[in-house]
Amino acid sequence: MALRLDKLTKSYGGKPIVEALSLDVASGEIVAVFGPSGGGKTVLLRLIAGIEEPDSGVVMIDGTDMTDASPDARGIGMAFQNYALFPHMSAYDNVASALTPTRMSAQDIRTRVDAVAGMLKIGHVMGHKPRELSNGQKQRTALARALAGAPKVLLLDDPLRNVDAKLRYEMRLELPVLLRKFGSTVLYVTQDYKEAMAIGNRIAVLIGGRLAQIATPAEVYDRPASVDVARLFGDPGINLFDVTPDPSGRITIANSQLPLGSGFSNSAGKPCVLGFRPDAVSLSQTANGATFPVEVLAETPLNDKSVLLLRAADGKEVLAALPASAAGSVPVGPAHATFAPEAALLFDRATGLSVTRGGQP
Amino acid sequence: MDHASTLEKVLRGLALTVISVFFMFPIFWIALMSLQTNETILRIPPSIVFAPTLSNYTALISGKLTSAAGTLDIAFMHNLWNSVLLSTLSVLVALLLGVPAAYAFARFKFKLGEFIAFTLLSFRFAPPLLVLLPLSLIFQYLGLADTYIGLIWVYQLIALPLILWIVRGYFEDVSPDIEHAYRIAGHSWLATFLKIAVPLARPGIAAAGLLAFIFCWNNFIFALILASADKQPVTVGALAFVTASGIQYGQIAAAIVLSVTPTLLLALYAQRYLVEGLSMGAVKG
Repeated sequence: MALRLDKLTKSYGGKPIVEALSLDVASGEIVAVFGPSGGGKTVLLRLIAGIEEPDSGVVMIDGTDMTDASPDARGIGMAFQNYALFPHMSAYDNVASALTPTRMSAQDIRTRVDAVAGMLKIGHVMGHKPRELSNGQKQRTALARALAGAPKVLLLDDPLRNVDAKLRYEMRLELPVLLRKFGSTVLYVTQDYKEAMAIGNRIAVLIGGRLAQIATPAEVYDRPASVDVARLFGDPGINLFDVTPDPSGRITIANSQLPLGSGFSNSAGKPCVLGFRPDAVSLSQTANGATFPVEVLAETPLNDKSVLLLRAADGKEVLAALPASAAGSVPVGPAHATFAPEAALLFDRATGLSVTRGGQP
Repeated sequence: MDHASTLEKVLRGLALTVISVFFMFPIFWIALMSLQTNETILRIPPSIVFAPTLSNYTALISGKLTSAAGTLDIAFMHNLWNSVLLSTLSVLVALLLGVPAAYAFARFKFKLGEFIAFTLLSFRFAPPLLVLLPLSLIFQYLGLADTYIGLIWVYQLIALPLILWIVRGYFEDVSPDIEHAYRIAGHSWLATFLKIAVPLARPGIAAAGLLAFIFCWNNFIFALILASADKQPVTVGALAFVTASGIQYGQIAAAIVLSVTPTLLLALYAQRYLVEGLSMGAVKG
């Protein structure tokens, strides 16, 4: 394991920010740390970097216990959200600062800095001071500085936060390729679920200082571990209904009885939350035993989808997403909605945790 | 201001001229006085037309004050040297002690930290006369009275709080993440302090150093009580111009010109550090 965190805990003024967090990151793996702001993502990185001291728990880097080691002894690289470039040094010296403490010769340092700068396409601005760089160049310089020392673990704190939308989109495609080229073990903090899904081999969802789920992007999206996780992924957001399945595996939405699909028999009679994503919703003009009546209120294009705002008979709003090719196919007015049973997600209403299919808790 | 009318430009120029004349006049007048003899200074009505003489400067530099009553030895050049020595060393010691202390107060929250910082500042509140009597007794007991070391020590009361409080603010303005980034890049705490924190707070250190130097240079009361003739700075030494046969205005003016010059040169030199922007746009706000 390149990085192992064991029951890491940190609180400020009695308020826990990171709580008993355990995480293993394999060498060369990119883990996207994703969650709402205030969830403890940045604090987690700072604990690993040694900028903050944990109240308890262990930080192992490359098999060595580094919990009490100072930041300069940990062999890590970090890119800060605000770049934190050294304003009085040229971009070259900024990048080279990761190499000067080593016993490398000046010639070797130059070769290494030039190579990293070339890969990040900032070779032409290496003589500039940070204030003369554009935001994108600052961000790449900060990244180059973090990468130059060939760190055992690379910590990236929302590096695309402060760059414009176009550059962010480009970097989202470019970064994973680049990071793999360096073979780095990466913890990548982001507040954007799309960024997390694009960059991470796995996503660690951090909510309220606790690890709500750690899994591959597809798994987190398709089988969220809790209602909170389900809510954080997807745009438009997931539809949620309070339901109580009856023994025959049927549920009631807006006074209509619908089949829930197989596998949820063990949750009969228990208060649950049903979730289905907008793209699992389909609409028709005729009712059948698996639909509930809705009124189509509005249609809005969103990226490659067309989003419909529906209102169920009990007044609850429901979102449906159609492929852009089907845009305009559903007229405004009354219709009947249903969702693909295999896409249905069920959560325990008391704990918020996912109820797995097949009766396994 | 491209659209300012001619009248506006003229008025603005006029206002600036009046203000500069108002502020510069005393300095200008003293410079003129320093080139005159006592007789031409005191004639009535005063006139701006006179035969310039360097006699005041030669008297100061040679150390022989010639007046109606005869020749008097003065140690003005030695006083000037004392001022340079005392002020420079005091500021250097204060910077050596004050800058690391300011860093500590800015970066670390420790028990009694604010209390200690405020106590240091409160040295500036106490009237100097209040502490001087006990201080001179203590200094005599310790054998520090009338020594350069003793004076430099006392001058820390002036320089240290000033440097500590000004530089602390500048350190607080430097984003801690910049220092963290340098630590993570593999540098020790000391290297980070010297290569990152100090250079970034340089405008503040220059400003505080300059102010402390001026305050030390202008100090009168500590030196008057604690130093004897051969350790006295120029502020105390200037008393010698008030002689039995009258006040030597010409020499006083020349002495002022000479004693203002080092501070002025230092201020001009330090100016370029003062105007340097602090964090220079590396941290996105």
